[in-house]
Amino acid sequence: MSDPDKLSAHDVTEPAVYYNRRQFLQTGLLAASAVATGLAYRYLNPTSTGSVTTAPLANFVTPAATTTVDNGFRATEPPTSFENITHYNNFYEFSTDKEAVAAAAAKFDTQGWQVSVEGLVNRPRVFDLADLLKISPPEERIYRMRCVEGWSMVIPWAGYSLSKLLALVEPLSSARYVAFESLLDPQRMPGQRGEVLNWPYVEGLRLDEAMHPLTLLASGIYGRALPPQDGAPLRLVTPWKYGFKGIKSIVKIKLVAEQPRTTWNEAAPNEYGFYANVNPEVDHPRWSQATEQPIGKSGRQPTLMFNGYAAQVAHLYAGLDLRANF
Amino acid sequence: MKATDLRFAQWFVLVNAAVPGALLAWDAAHHRLGANPVNFAILTTGLLALIFLLLTLLVTPLRSLTGWNWINFSRRTLGLYAFFYATTHFLIFFFLDRGGSLASTLSEMVKRNYLIVGSLGLFVMLPLAVTSTNAMIKRLGGQRWRALHRLTYVAASAGVIHYYMQSKKDVRQPLAFAAVLLILLGYRLLVAARKTQSAPTKAAAAKP
Repeated sequence: MSDPDKLSAHDVTEPAVYYNRRQFLQTGLLAASAVATGLAYRYLNPTSTGSVTTAPLANFVTPAATTTVDNGFRATEPPTSFENITHYNNFYEFSTDKEAVAAAAAKFDTQGWQVSVEGLVNRPRVFDLADLLKISPPEERIYRMRCVEGWSMVIPWAGYSLSKLLALVEPLSSARYVAFESLLDPQRMPGQRGEVLNWPYVEGLRLDEAMHPLTLLASGIYGRALPPQDGAPLRLVTPWKYGFKGIKSIVKIKLVAEQPRTTWNEAAPNEYGFYANVNPEVDHPRWSQATEQPIGKSGRQPTLMFNGYAAQVAHLYAGLDLRANF
Repeated sequence: MKATDLRFAQWFVLVNAAVPGALLAWDAAHHRLGANPVNFAILTTGLLALIFLLLTLLVTPLRSLTGWNWINFSRRTLGLYAFFYATTHFLIFFFLDRGGSLASTLSEMVKRNYLIVGSLGLFVMLPLAVTSTNAMIKRLGGQRWRALHRLTYVAASAGVIHYYMQSKKDVRQPLAFAAVLLILLGYRLLVAARKTQSAPTKAAAAKP
């Protein structure tokens, strides 16, 4: 048509064509909206994947001469996959979403890391990380890890017994507990900009627990340096206790006389105790601790007393009421 | 509104509400639900149930604020999706988390307050789903049907409280749901209050 003001009957769209066009548009709109809904779902439910690479550990010893099933250094279950260990993490310093920690922590820089070992000791010292790691070669320890939330993993850690470090600084006879502290740096740990927990994260052990050979100062998993999401560059592992006792990104270890305050205990005293020993008979107030979901397997499995380390650690708690001291 | 446009709107709701469930099922079939798939599926279906409950409750205020009476059709579809996702949520818990063991499910349910509250929410949705057909509306009569379907308020409240109670420490998301629910229920309270307030004045004005 040449002149828009002169529309003839000929130019009016036939009703059938008009409705066809409408139907066509509506179908397109329906498809587009479904795609948009799908994208919104994907955006709100990101599935966490991505490769994680860290340096192989120098002088990695596997298995160490002392490694046996009997001393608890080598769990017999097959280890959880590296993928799962590095993409399902409770590390509130980065995110409260276990599947979002890996991405949030990916650029965490541990250059120039130092650890101060102080308090009631003869030889307090601020260690450069490299010096601290040289105290003993990292050896493989395959431990079960039971999270207080009711899931578990089997993790091939690398590290050495904390007792080796403590022996070096010579605890005084007045030292009865060990207090640990994580890095406080909201710049590098975005989760600390919120107040979901009282930062920095602090944890503690009785001195005899800290000196137990199972208590590991871990610097790696699967023979490689710890990825940020797993607590780089240095973390604590106490396999017979719930996972939250395993404080990550440690900057301070202090020997003290009194029981130190601990982060989760302060956050909810009736839900998280100082001891936090894995115990299927003492439920969390809001959920059962009798069973656990092993990550990477289907179906729940029974939780074991002291997470299966009763033979190694039960004597530490002889005479202690484990229900009262949960 | 044209019948064809209404039909389009019906399809729009029907299809879009199914998309999250379809993607969840697709991801599950391809082992892409992350490290703890059962937990992920339970959490996601629970959130979807809550979202659809709130959407159901949004229809009436939106209709009276905008005058779009035609959106009323979506209440049933949205409500039934809420019921569908809540049921799936429970069935995944029962079959995959509790291993299909009735004993384990029941013993867990009586011990945990958040499970009692959640079960209450699902339980009151049952009669709502059953009476969602046109025949049932006719049989019950509008008045009684509307009264019964106020149980939606109970279901949504129980769902939000259930979500809040099981959160470990980060309660921002449950609180966001609670805020939306409070607005939606608060709106209804306000409307009801205004009605009872204006009723006596009308009666007084009618007197000679």
